[in-house]
Amino acid sequence: MKLKLHVWRQKDKAAKGRMVTYNADNISPNMSFLEMLDVVNEGLITTGEDPIAFAHDCREGICGSCGVMVNGVAHGPQDATTTCQLHMRSFQDGEELYIEPWRAKGFPVLRDLIVDRSAFDRIIQAGGFVSVNTGSAQDANAIPIRKSDADEAFNAAACIGCGACVAACKNASAMLFVSAKVAQLSLLPQGQPERQDRALNMVSAMQNEGFGNCTNQYECEAVCPKQISTDYIARLNREFIKAALTYPDAKK
Amino acid sequence: MKLDAKIPAGPLESKWENHKFDLKLVSPANKRKFEIIVVGSGLAGGSAAATLAELGYNVKCFCFQDSPRRAHSIAAQGGINAAKNYRGDGDSIHRLFYDTIKGGDFRSREANVHRLAEVSGHIIDQCVAQGVPFAREYGGLLDNRSFGGAQVSRTFYARGQTGQQLLLGAYSALSRQIGAGQVQMFPKTEMLDLVLVDGKARGIVVRDLVTGAMESHAADAVILATGGYGNVFYLSTNAKGSNVTATYRAYKRGAAFGNPCFTQIHPTCIPVKGDYQSKLTLMSESLRNDGRVWVPKSKGDKRAPADIPDSERDYFLERKYPSFGNLAPRDIASRSAKEACDAGQGVGESGFGVYLDFADSISRLGEDQIRARYGNLFDMYERITDENPYKMPMRIYPAVHYTMGGLWVDYNLMSTIPGLHVLGEANFSDHGANRLGASALMQGLADGYFVIPYTIANYLASSKLEKVTTSHESFKAAEDSCRKRVGQLLSIKGSRTVDSFHRELGKIMWDKCGMARDRAGLQEALKAIPKLREEFWQDLKILGTNEEINQSLEKAGRVADFLEFGELMCLDALTREESCGGHFRTEHQTPDGEALRNDENFCHVAVWEHEGDATGPAKGHKRHQEELVYEHVKLATRSYK
Repeated sequence: MKLKLHVWRQKDKAAKGRMVTYNADNISPNMSFLEMLDVVNEGLITTGEDPIAFAHDCREGICGSCGVMVNGVAHGPQDATTTCQLHMRSFQDGEELYIEPWRAKGFPVLRDLIVDRSAFDRIIQAGGFVSVNTGSAQDANAIPIRKSDADEAFNAAACIGCGACVAACKNASAMLFVSAKVAQLSLLPQGQPERQDRALNMVSAMQNEGFGNCTNQYECEAVCPKQISTDYIARLNREFIKAALTYPDAKK
Repeated sequence: MKLDAKIPAGPLESKWENHKFDLKLVSPANKRKFEIIVVGSGLAGGSAAATLAELGYNVKCFCFQDSPRRAHSIAAQGGINAAKNYRGDGDSIHRLFYDTIKGGDFRSREANVHRLAEVSGHIIDQCVAQGVPFAREYGGLLDNRSFGGAQVSRTFYARGQTGQQLLLGAYSALSRQIGAGQVQMFPKTEMLDLVLVDGKARGIVVRDLVTGAMESHAADAVILATGGYGNVFYLSTNAKGSNVTATYRAYKRGAAFGNPCFTQIHPTCIPVKGDYQSKLTLMSESLRNDGRVWVPKSKGDKRAPADIPDSERDYFLERKYPSFGNLAPRDIASRSAKEACDAGQGVGESGFGVYLDFADSISRLGEDQIRARYGNLFDMYERITDENPYKMPMRIYPAVHYTMGGLWVDYNLMSTIPGLHVLGEANFSDHGANRLGASALMQGLADGYFVIPYTIANYLASSKLEKVTTSHESFKAAEDSCRKRVGQLLSIKGSRTVDSFHRELGKIMWDKCGMARDRAGLQEALKAIPKLREEFWQDLKILGTNEEINQSLEKAGRVADFLEFGELMCLDALTREESCGGHFRTEHQTPDGEALRNDENFCHVAVWEHEGDATGPAKGHKRHQEELVYEHVKLATRSYK
């Protein structure tokens, strides 16, 4: 396969970026998208041009490191797939691809296709946990959980924190990400004591990081590699309103 | 070098209980006076950092990923073992202990493994309390599945994403402590060197991967939880960033390295497709609960799998190991697959593949049931290979997955450098010559949640630790040597890329120090690696500078260390004149091709000591031995037949 790539190049956070065009020749349809970029980079280094910087690590769709916009779609054209699991057989020989980083106020570009997603960590630090110290747990089977609740909590917990939901949203909202964690823990008995505070604190952290709100476009769900459902956003809204009304003076 | 494993006296069952009582404590008011550095944020590092912070220590945690949630523990699929005996199928702490010792082919320490089995149940309790959504049965209680090397069902799981869910549990506990200010987190920060003051580990030098700034951090103790070194083979199931640098730097500073040649080759991975391939993808061992492994009986049979009748298939694991069948341990399953392919029975374009067939299970249980158990793995397989495993068998082949070797530690998880503790895959301790499936998660969390919080207190309380700051000359010297090394890498300005060197090293390691090893091959590798290393330092091409995000430079530093470390692995493989677990020397096998141990001469841990200056290439590696004493288990030929 031969492809023409238009890639966002930006030296660092402060620099002005631009699209640069490259030819990608000798591409096998069995390559992953990132392996295609590897091949392009080997060529660039040989000709003395800085390789394209992109985030990646596990390359099996679970660490959440990778993620670029391909022709305007987060993680590219294949449903329920991270960029590292996208394969070149999804494209046509001779196709032109526009490859860009996530774009959101909360995710500043650090270099080329790499963005700073530390905002997500700070949102989790605001309440995405159950406060239980090591060693104080009771026997695991002392907390029976209805199978359907456990399965639903798992579906929410499958989020890999890649940030595609933010990148796909016209409001750069992080509500799918936040709702996944809030839903997981509100579905489980272990999450009950902190349920209200968690919803209030995580939403407040999300707003402080510069992410927008949800206006029901469902773009996030469409690109989510783990198919996290927007139903959780409805759940988050309910959790938030209930908490805000129950504890109007709670710390936010 | 004096090796004291510090194994407590007394009966096996009460060693850990007694030891915990004997260990010195640090009072709550004094804990806040201590600083602890944790390098790595996976299951071992993340759980240790969180727990130590909960106890009141000041913790600094470092990871090279952009978030602690992305450590490679996240990719573990199948499950975590624990001796809960919730199934009532005959499991017990003693059975988990015995299975692990036997699975490791009698090359691990009894006391360590028993402790691991003892705390295994608490891990499940802790994770459930954190909200980890383990699989459950309709009654609401926890579900289990079976894993290789065991005849009981003791593996807890969260679909095919158990590692992810356990890591997110540890990450949430860590995040809580970061939010509380008790842990200072340094993501995108890579450790480049260990700093010793008065012979004790007192800090590290790190590079900020965004700005390139080199910085030192001082502490009262250092914990390395930096994972394994499988990427020395270039192609492995490890994440692209996984590397040996932290442990190898510690080795060069004087920490001994245990059993570096013990590598686990996982039997069920997606086969290599082309020379552009950047990594290998694991298909969880749990698939062997319901999948049957087979190859055509006749060589070079190119028929489609569905066209080969049952009578012309060789279900070789079921045939050779009837009592464990498809759930034979990993080393044995891998070697059998290799044998079948070497005999010309392999399938797929390359001939390096065997079938993992779900047809029987699908007709027995229905496609929906199989989807519920393994849906995400089947989808992943289809995305990578473009083949539908519900319709045709998977093709799999062994791949490098885990390294049992690692920095040598005593019972307290302390290395030969006082104050330097090593947890999880980075240490050598619990898996002997072969790790059983679902035991890596167990060990990482056991070390971090339930062992190090006790043993590090003893170190802090019983050592004289003068106040040390990063202005100490040892820090300055280490920083200078790191800067110099980066400068050297950037100034070579040769013609070859880092990846090209890494691939070449990987090929040497896989061919000569992979699934089967022999004297001649290892000797060849010991000649080829230094030659490649020399070429690396003369012809490497890296563009750009240190003061920016420079992914080639990051890789170059790691590959430079792999180029030294690979030699140590081959040396270890060469001197261990026996076959055991994952270490298969073709000169040492039984008439039917099984590993032939030599308990008389090799019932020990090979412990390597670096010779020469810490900043230059090794002048040599000195071999020491820690004899393994079996008081409770009788050394036996491992049989899964």
